[in-house]
Amino acid sequence: MSKPLIGIVVGAILGAIDGLTAWFTPAVREHLGGIVIGSTLKGIIAGVAIGFFAKKFHSLPLGILFGLLVGALLAWLVAFMQGGYYFEIILPGTLVGLIVGFATQKYGRTTATANT
Amino acid sequence: MKWLSDDNLDHLRTIARNPDFSATKYTFVKELGHGGMGTVYLAEDRELDRLVAIKVLNTPEITEDLRNRMVREAQIIARLEHPGIVPVHDVGVLPDGRVFYAMKYVRGSRLDEYAAQHSSLRDRLRKFQAACDAVAFAHAHGVIHRDLKPQNIMIGSFGEVLVLDWGVAKITKKPTTDYTNESVQSVDGSNTSAGTVIGTRDYMSPEQARGEVSQLDERADVYSLGAVLHFLLKDQSRPGKAAQAICAKAMASARDDRYSTASELSADIGRLLDAEPVSAYRENVIEKVGRWVGKNRFLVLLVLAYLLMRIFFIFTSRR
Repeated sequence: MSKPLIGIVVGAILGAIDGLTAWFTPAVREHLGGIVIGSTLKGIIAGVAIGFFAKKFHSLPLGILFGLLVGALLAWLVAFMQGGYYFEIILPGTLVGLIVGFATQKYGRTTATANT
Repeated sequence: MKWLSDDNLDHLRTIARNPDFSATKYTFVKELGHGGMGTVYLAEDRELDRLVAIKVLNTPEITEDLRNRMVREAQIIARLEHPGIVPVHDVGVLPDGRVFYAMKYVRGSRLDEYAAQHSSLRDRLRKFQAACDAVAFAHAHGVIHRDLKPQNIMIGSFGEVLVLDWGVAKITKKPTTDYTNESVQSVDGSNTSAGTVIGTRDYMSPEQARGEVSQLDERADVYSLGAVLHFLLKDQSRPGKAAQAICAKAMASARDDRYSTASELSADIGRLLDAEPVSAYRENVIEKVGRWVGKNRFLVLLVLAYLLMRIFFIFTSRR
């Protein structure tokens, strides 16, 4: 599996889990479908970005840092559009980015470069 | 008349016992070890200004067969150019007619001594795998060691692993690069007759112990490697089922049940080190999950941390 694909899969799964946890908040439960789709999309976008970064740069610390930043940025955008719950949205989003950053650096096929 | 003191007499005896390197470019330093066929000495190569290990035939009665055998041993080792096999630098004849060959002097400790100082299972398995690779290389060149044991595996001062003492090695097929005019066959230079037991009892395969010389193939070395692995595992409190299964497969009484080559054994050790499933052991689901979790410990911890945080937020938002 390629690194961007790993990023997409892990990002989508964690994004979906992230969205599903909204079920525990009765106030937003009726919008659960939209939240899950939005959260999954956010995870996929983060996964693609982090996956391509991992394909380009083979460094675990850099990958984790990049994942952390992308996760935090996307989560901040969501919180900003929602106009609240900054801490509750940014912290999990950042952690998701960190996990995707780690997973894409640690797993997945690296493209071999031919010596000419 | 002047009498010699005991000290002087001992000194003279020692000089008389040591090989005469005067006609060679080597200077005797000390004796390193004594084997059945030859004695290994530490000597200085005056031309290249370096220390070498020199193996010299023990017996003063040099037959043509013994001489050929020694030369053959040197040729076998010289043919095996591998980082895990001690390189031979030179071969020659001493003034008394005894054949000698000079090889790299390895500074370090034998595997049994090394294991006494290093208890880490992973470290031991890595060294063992390196020894398997050296033996696999010899097998690929048609050479069976026949006396593999911890005492014949050396760990160099930089962690390199070297397989020593190819004195009873057997040539099973014509090598890929033909350095000699010999035909396919030959056991340790001469022809070891059926019923002759060669090797070390605790580490030799059943067929080797029965003296079935013509039956010996790579799997005899696989058995010995299994016995070496058993030696490395025996003081481990939890060696793991997979490691024990590898050992049991390598040491199977029936040679058809063993790994067919040392490469296969090495590959299984590699899989064990990489926390991959090994061919010698069928895991159940719990063991598979346990191995996966052990291999991906950090990722599992991250996901757990994420889930815990999520649960924390769910409970705090409900209040």
